[in-house]
Amino acid sequence: MPTSTPINIDFYIILATLLFVIGAFGVMIRRNMIVLLMCIELMLNAVNLLMVAFSSYYNNADAQIFVFFIIVVAAAEATVGLSILILAYRQLRSIDISIFNKLKG
Amino acid sequence: MGFSTIVYILLLLPLLGGLTNGLFGKHLPKQFSGALGTGVIFSAFLCVLMLFNHVNEPVQIDLCNILRFDSFSLEINFLIDQLSVWMSLIITGIGTLIHLFSMGYMKEDEGYYKFFTYLNLFIFAMLILVLGGNYFVLFFGWEGVGICSFLLIGFHYSDPVKGISNSLAARKAFVMNRIGDAGLIFALFMLLSTFGTLNFVDISERLSEGVSMHHLTVLGITLCLFLAATGKSAQIPLFTWLPDAMAGPTPVSALIHAATMVTAGIYLVARSNFLFELAPLTQDIVLYIGIATSLFAAFMALRQNDIKKVLAYSTVSQLGLMVVALGLGAYTVAIFHVTTHAFFKALLFLGSGSVIHGMHHEQDIRKMGGLKKVMPITHWTFLIGTLAISGFPLLSGFYSKDEIIGHLFDQNPVLYGVIMVSVLMTAIYMFRLYFLTFHGTFRGTQSTWEHVHESPWTMTLPLVILSVFSALGGLLNLPGLFFHEGAHWLSGYLHGAPGMHNIVHETPNFSTTLGLMAVASALSIGVLAWAYQNYVRRGSVAKSDEALNGWEKLSNRKLYWDEWYDWMVVKPIEWLGFQTNHTVEERGLKSGISGLGMLTGKAGNALRKLQNGYVSSYLSWMVIGMILLVVFYLLNGN
Repeated sequence: MPTSTPINIDFYIILATLLFVIGAFGVMIRRNMIVLLMCIELMLNAVNLLMVAFSSYYNNADAQIFVFFIIVVAAAEATVGLSILILAYRQLRSIDISIFNKLKG
Repeated sequence: MGFSTIVYILLLLPLLGGLTNGLFGKHLPKQFSGALGTGVIFSAFLCVLMLFNHVNEPVQIDLCNILRFDSFSLEINFLIDQLSVWMSLIITGIGTLIHLFSMGYMKEDEGYYKFFTYLNLFIFAMLILVLGGNYFVLFFGWEGVGICSFLLIGFHYSDPVKGISNSLAARKAFVMNRIGDAGLIFALFMLLSTFGTLNFVDISERLSEGVSMHHLTVLGITLCLFLAATGKSAQIPLFTWLPDAMAGPTPVSALIHAATMVTAGIYLVARSNFLFELAPLTQDIVLYIGIATSLFAAFMALRQNDIKKVLAYSTVSQLGLMVVALGLGAYTVAIFHVTTHAFFKALLFLGSGSVIHGMHHEQDIRKMGGLKKVMPITHWTFLIGTLAISGFPLLSGFYSKDEIIGHLFDQNPVLYGVIMVSVLMTAIYMFRLYFLTFHGTFRGTQSTWEHVHESPWTMTLPLVILSVFSALGGLLNLPGLFFHEGAHWLSGYLHGAPGMHNIVHETPNFSTTLGLMAVASALSIGVLAWAYQNYVRRGSVAKSDEALNGWEKLSNRKLYWDEWYDWMVVKPIEWLGFQTNHTVEERGLKSGISGLGMLTGKAGNALRKLQNGYVSSYLSWMVIGMILLVVFYLLNGN
């Protein structure tokens, strides 16, 4: 069995950055609230990926434990976000985020 | 009873009387509140008599300590010595008579109980002033008499005709006195920082032990004290309030603005004799201020036509004489003149009050005349007062004035000449006042003449008692000319007060005294003869304002002193106020402050566009912020 050579840490960093930037831009330019939630999830997971990568790189399990916490929090956040979304849809028959601008100055 | 008990009772009596009248007076019958007010003062007088019988060495009575630091402490204590007891005797004695007089004079007044409240509180404050054992307690009484004086000058503030001018007179007195009070406060601070105590006894002892003081410190302290004295005792430059203070009811003028409160300044300087002795320059200033005040005030009195105004200027002039005595270092002589002046000036003011009462509140002597027939008691007592103040031989004013003049002649014959002019003018205006009021023909309306009447006994009794004292008061301090033993009794008595015994008392020699007395008598009798000739034989009457010639106008308009102050002080301050209002406030502050508000408003208006309600835009700003933070840390981090 060929010994698997560890993948260079640089690739993880580049991937995580790409994922994060995609998520951030998605949040900024998209108007569909479901897509927005997905983009937030994307950013969180980009960070998770980075943490796991560094954890393996430094042989330290601390960050991996943190990742579990983040997954739990992200799940809770998605639940709350989606329930808000459903309520908003019932009220306004739309999930376009630009409708929610009642708080403008 | 111990000393302290008597003193506390003495102080509490007027206070309780004042409080009772002040709190419940509205529901008490008039006779009762008047009798209560008079009764407590008379009881206080009896208390002082008990003290007078027992006082020997100065006794300090400590009540409490209200402030204690390492370097100094402030105590409330009272000093019972010859000076304070003598002043208390004058205050309560004259006070009793004037209270009695007020019962008749204020009979028809609505504020009867209020009047007695103020009078009692005044006596209380005045007793605190003279009995206080340190400058701090003295200051308490000083302010107390100031506020009572203010309240009483403006007593008829709601009068439909004169209400405003009464209030203005009260305000003027208050403001003028504040200037003097500032001097007293500065003096207090300087004394406290120099000695660490304000007790008269302690300071005088330390000075007699020869504590070295910088001469500028002494000069500063004494000048500040004297500034305070010029305020209360109506000397140049702060005298203009006293003639205006005649707006108050006449008993008030007699009690406060002639017999007692205005002597507080004299008392202050006499009490601080140990300090003034160390400051020859201040003493000179005191002397010249006294002479100038005496001279100018006497001149102003020559052509006044309001019966009370004449007496007011005469008070200022006599106070000037007392200040001359202080300037010469003859403190006991000053107190002697305070005493005799209290007798005859209270008598004259009460006499004028009786006249005003009989004339139904007419004060202009041009509308009087011939009153001796209808008001015999007032006439005779007023005559005694007039003779006493003009220095008629063997009456009280003769002796006290002569003492002062004798001391002045000893030190400076030129100034003696100047002060004799003032004495001469005193006789002239007093006889003018007397003859125009009581002799000749009545110059008022017929209906007034029919109603002129002699005053009730409550008013004439004090007049009679005071006239006896005015006539015989000189016996208190007879010059050595008459009795070698027992002469200068009062001066000897007052030497027990702190500091007084250190002052070498030079009495002028007998032949000089005799010569000076002869001159003074000749002046007084000469003026009496001239005035009789002029006003009774020739029947001269006071001219109307238009007919006055040059100097008469100057006298009548008080040398334009008020106008001068108006131009020098009031107008510039008003101008400053106007400028601050219109330039600084309107232009500077207003545009500055509202400009700041407008800037905030504009900035907010511009920035609120950022909050457009679009979630994506907020998120974009958040991302930009995060990027900026990251960039910032990358640049600064290493």
